[in-house]
Amino acid sequence: MKSFNYVIQDEVGIHARPAGILAKAVKKYSSKITISGNGKSADAGKLMAVMSMGIKKGMEVTVTAEGEDEDTAIAETEKFFKENF
Amino acid sequence: MEKFEGKSILKGVAIGKIHYYSKGEQVVQRVSVEDTGAELQRFEAAKEKALEQLHELYEKALREVGEVNAAIFDVHAMMLEDDDFNDSIRNAIESQKVNAEYAVATTGDNFARMFEEMDDEYFQARSADIKDISERVVSVLHGAGAKNALGDEPVILAAKDLAPSETVQMDKSKLLGFVTEFGSSNSHTAILARTMNIPALIGIPVDESLEGRTAIIDGVTAALILDPDEETLKLYQEKKQEEERQRELLQELKGKEDVTLDGKHIRLYANIGSVGDTAKVLANDADGIGLFRSEFLYLEKSDYPTEEEQFQAYKTVAQNMAGKKVIIRTLDIGADKQVDYFNLDHEENPAMGYRAIRICLDREDIFRTQLRAILRASAYGNIGIMYPMIISVDEVKKCKEILAQVREELANQGIPVGDVEQGVMIETPAAVMISDLLAGEVDFFSIGTNDLTQYTLAIDRQNAKLDSIYDSHHPAVLRMIRMVVENSHKCGCWVGICGELGADTTLTVDFLRMGIDELSVTPASVLPIRKIIRESVAGEN
Repeated sequence: MKSFNYVIQDEVGIHARPAGILAKAVKKYSSKITISGNGKSADAGKLMAVMSMGIKKGMEVTVTAEGEDEDTAIAETEKFFKENF
Repeated sequence: MEKFEGKSILKGVAIGKIHYYSKGEQVVQRVSVEDTGAELQRFEAAKEKALEQLHELYEKALREVGEVNAAIFDVHAMMLEDDDFNDSIRNAIESQKVNAEYAVATTGDNFARMFEEMDDEYFQARSADIKDISERVVSVLHGAGAKNALGDEPVILAAKDLAPSETVQMDKSKLLGFVTEFGSSNSHTAILARTMNIPALIGIPVDESLEGRTAIIDGVTAALILDPDEETLKLYQEKKQEEERQRELLQELKGKEDVTLDGKHIRLYANIGSVGDTAKVLANDADGIGLFRSEFLYLEKSDYPTEEEQFQAYKTVAQNMAGKKVIIRTLDIGADKQVDYFNLDHEENPAMGYRAIRICLDREDIFRTQLRAILRASAYGNIGIMYPMIISVDEVKKCKEILAQVREELANQGIPVGDVEQGVMIETPAAVMISDLLAGEVDFFSIGTNDLTQYTLAIDRQNAKLDSIYDSHHPAVLRMIRMVVENSHKCGCWVGICGELGADTTLTVDFLRMGIDELSVTPASVLPIRKIIRESVAGEN
């Protein structure tokens, strides 16, 4: 299992559009990508679940990837977080 | 005549008959089904159709209101494809053996409630998006096509609430304004109304009794006036006409160059005091930002803003301006702008006291942090730096030296930095008198007429008793400006005005004749000034 921590910089937090793009993007990995934060956790491939975590600016999230392609998956997901949240 | 007060979304006047709009009440009934397989297929087909509609709406909105506002339909499409949402609907059809309409409506309600209960305004507002998508799928299942709710005559539309998709589907040429009972100023409908430039009010009690009545939306006082008397109607008709004249005038000028009749190109820039103001700069079509007051970063905080916080703010503005000039004025705190954590001593005469560049050169750590942030941001756009309250060549040399050190530091760390023009604010009589010497040190001058007037006339701006003799058109001030322009041009320095005088339309022609290269004004003044520039002759200077 691979993981990274990230503090949300975006003013609105994890909001709908990038979360939706992320949900689509992670489907191409065989690994399971999970986001945890604000006392909750959700499958990154599920937009509504991710949004319902209510992650806002300044909160720290932990993202994990578990599966065969976890190295690529975590690297690309971390890049996505840095660019979008 | 009746009057209601609500909250205004867009300042402006609309006059017309009200059309009361209610969603074709979609009564969803629970029906038991035998063939759940067929019902699942009905749902899948309706979902595909709804996705298609959303893509079309996205394209329509993209053309009419731009990518930022169109994005909502892209989000709707993504929500509609959400696994949990779909599983919940399929599960209801299969296990409860209910019709697709009922499964979609109850699932939509459940998800919407989940968002409604969240403690953040942004996420709460998403519940309306979920209702919108589930209603869309239900209408497809009901076989209802997208309907045009409006008749032939343009109307003021009144509704309990409007979903973003309903707003976009409406024929804009038939819409004079919106009035809704629900919705927040943050809702997409509100944002769309703003972008489409249609007067809109929220928080007004709406029911079908409004249908067909004559009404006035006064966006300035946030009032809805029903059945206005003749006098009121006449008053608002005049306001409306004036507004239209202004709007037409200004719209025509968007996209036009800031060139005088004799071909001199003027840099017509805007002043901003926060990152959010950039939208106004772009909406008013300014060529760049001539004064980005960096104080907001310090005033909003309870401690010194970090390099990273500042970098993000400068970078955002630089990127949004996409290659157009962004001139950041370094910290101008002190005098009338006080911040607790700076622990500045109380002064008898703060306007002439410890402020602006005087603080920065004394407390270099604060200054270096800001310069690092600005230089890092310069890799993302066309940034300029200007130093406020300069009175000597030494000060400028010191600023340049520190900037050069910071630049080298960043280079050694392998952090990219762009080219940055450096300038000084001319706002003290001292700077005016030595402007020939200062011009050799920098790329540009920006004349801060507010302070320059107060220091030249020796009149405290804050003292209301002196208002009657505070004359910003005083010949002494105008001569100073002329002197600065002449001295700067001798050394190949360009020169602008970023104080309030820059937006004074009675002086624009004089400034052009003096040879001013740049005017930086409030975003709302950009187009009126453009009009004057395009109608004037700069002459030889």
